Amino acid sequence: MRAAPAGAARFRNLTFLVPLLVLALAVLLNYLLQPNLFQPRVLNGNLRVMLPLMVLTAGQAVVILAGGIDLSVGAVVSLVNVLLVTLVTPDSGPAEVLLGLAVGVAVGALTGAVNGVCVAYLRLQPIVTTYATSFLFSGVALAVLPRPGGALPRGLTTFYRSAPLGVPAAAYGVALLLLVWWLLRRTRFMQHVYAVGGAAAAARASGVSVSWIRFSSYVVMGVFAAFAAAMLTLSTGSGNARLGDAMTLPSIVAVVLGGTRLAGGAGGVTGAVIGVAILTVIRNLITFANVPTWYQTLVDAVIILAALAGPGLVRRLRGSR
Amino acid sequence: MRARMPRVPPPVVALLLSVLLFFVAGVLQPGFLNVDQAINIVRLAAFLGIIAAGQTLVIISGGEGIDLSVANVVTLGAILTFMVSGGASERLLPAVAVALAVGAVIGLVNGLGIVALSIPPLVMTLGMAGVVKGTILAVTQGDIPGGVPPLLAKLVTGRLLGLPGVLYLWLLLALLMWGLLERTGYGKRLFAVGVNRSTARLSGVNVPLTVVITYTLSGLLAALGGVLLLGFTQRVFLSLGDSYLFPSIAAVVVGGTVLAGGRGSYVGTMAGALVLTMAESLLRAMRIGEAYQMIVFGLILVALLAVYGRQRDSA
Repeated sequence: MRAAPAGAARFRNLTFLVPLLVLALAVLLNYLLQPNLFQPRVLNGNLRVMLPLMVLTAGQAVVILAGGIDLSVGAVVSLVNVLLVTLVTPDSGPAEVLLGLAVGVAVGALTGAVNGVCVAYLRLQPIVTTYATSFLFSGVALAVLPRPGGALPRGLTTFYRSAPLGVPAAAYGVALLLLVWWLLRRTRFMQHVYAVGGAAAAARASGVSVSWIRFSSYVVMGVFAAFAAAMLTLSTGSGNARLGDAMTLPSIVAVVLGGTRLAGGAGGVTGAVIGVAILTVIRNLITFANVPTWYQTLVDAVIILAALAGPGLVRRLRGSR
Repeated sequence: MRARMPRVPPPVVALLLSVLLFFVAGVLQPGFLNVDQAINIVRLAAFLGIIAAGQTLVIISGGEGIDLSVANVVTLGAILTFMVSGGASERLLPAVAVALAVGAVIGLVNGLGIVALSIPPLVMTLGMAGVVKGTILAVTQGDIPGGVPPLLAKLVTGRLLGLPGVLYLWLLLALLMWGLLERTGYGKRLFAVGVNRSTARLSGVNVPLTVVITYTLSGLLAALGGVLLLGFTQRVFLSLGDSYLFPSIAAVVVGGTVLAGGRGSYVGTMAGALVLTMAESLLRAMRIGEAYQMIVFGLILVALLAVYGRQRDSA
């Protein structure tokens, strides 16, 4: 009984190797086209853009691993963003900033709980339910901040752009995210998440509360979304009730690009983080390859589709079983 | 589980709800309650209903079936009709043929990616949505020459017995969809595939072919939705179909088609489109501000899903 799950866990941990290879290739190409890629200033800029989506995608990965999906994440990011700029002003001290962050995280968890109750306990279908709640959260965000505006203390936004000890601040963020995942993966909760996403019936039979795990996965998602919003607010320095909308679908694509099974049960946050990096590097590549503006969306989409088709194509070429 | 099976069919519930909403609107907003307003709402619902037709088939096919490329195919269908016809009624037929063919090809590629490369439908169609959008940008480069054939505008907005043409077209489509689902071999195979792919295969159904046909039809029907939408909006723009993407899924689900596949009807989708459009019109008429409109719409949607959008206990 002990050996099998351990072996399965090790296999699951390796799902990010192929995406890592894709990323390495993309970074190499990017470096050839943009030789200053690894200069601290450029690297810092790229990481700053990536970090919020990475944090959000980490949460999306947990929900997907548990067998769900969350289309409201962008709305939650917007909501927390407008709350942050409303609670924190350019003159705020550390206490007010922390209070703002605490409220943001609490609201993020609350949105997750709303989704979780609907999906896990009322057993509504995740895709349409989280689409419905995205209206709810977007509406509240718009009520909080009808017009874009607000600002953070200058010190905070400057810090996010700085490079303490020669390493970009956002890089610490990425490292922290991976550390959190490394710890989270070792918890009983994540074991149950994998079990529920892999085979809910078997998980239930072995005494796991499927509903509780599904519910919790959405709460975890909400907390990640709140931190993603905090990172994004550091990056933009202001509030906008529509700011997060464009992040929802990329967060799902990145999870899949990172080798996580969309049906749940296999994959992880490491792959998801790599997935975000792939998306960003592809966009970078397109810019530096001088692709004409009107063709950029098409090239971007074709490369992403090719990356999604890759695993299936390889399986085909190896001979179908 | 069996005891909780709904006795009233979902389409009937959705239909009753939209009538109820209409009267609620009449109470809250005197002047809302009149025939013109009713016709207007049904007309708006028709476009959503037509665009959601393909989505209905895809969702019935199961296997996490969903088509996120419909919105951009709607836009492309409208743009192709606009460009190929050049605004001439005599070129409407070839223009529509081109639009439908391109839509079908996009659906075909979706189906092949899903079946042959085992890409999950959600990301396959999402990726395709990006490719279609990219193609539109690359081809038009922001400049879309062409025109709306007067014949198309007349077909869609012209009135017969007081009702706009699009309603007759919707009814015709409904008959075709009913026939397709209930009276053809494809319909039988589609439901069989949706219920359980293994048993469908064992009983001799060509599952991959059925799935590919389904996505192809979805692309074709989305393009048709684009053609008709062009007749209504009378102009094209890059985000023409965008606002129909998730409503097309919500309409299907609110109408009682199960996202897990294998069960559903187009009548349900029609009723779903009607409820969603009614709720939106009601909120707009109440003038409570965009923020509160969104909040209430979200709550209504969750409530509707709670009535009939429950998933089967798959575990």
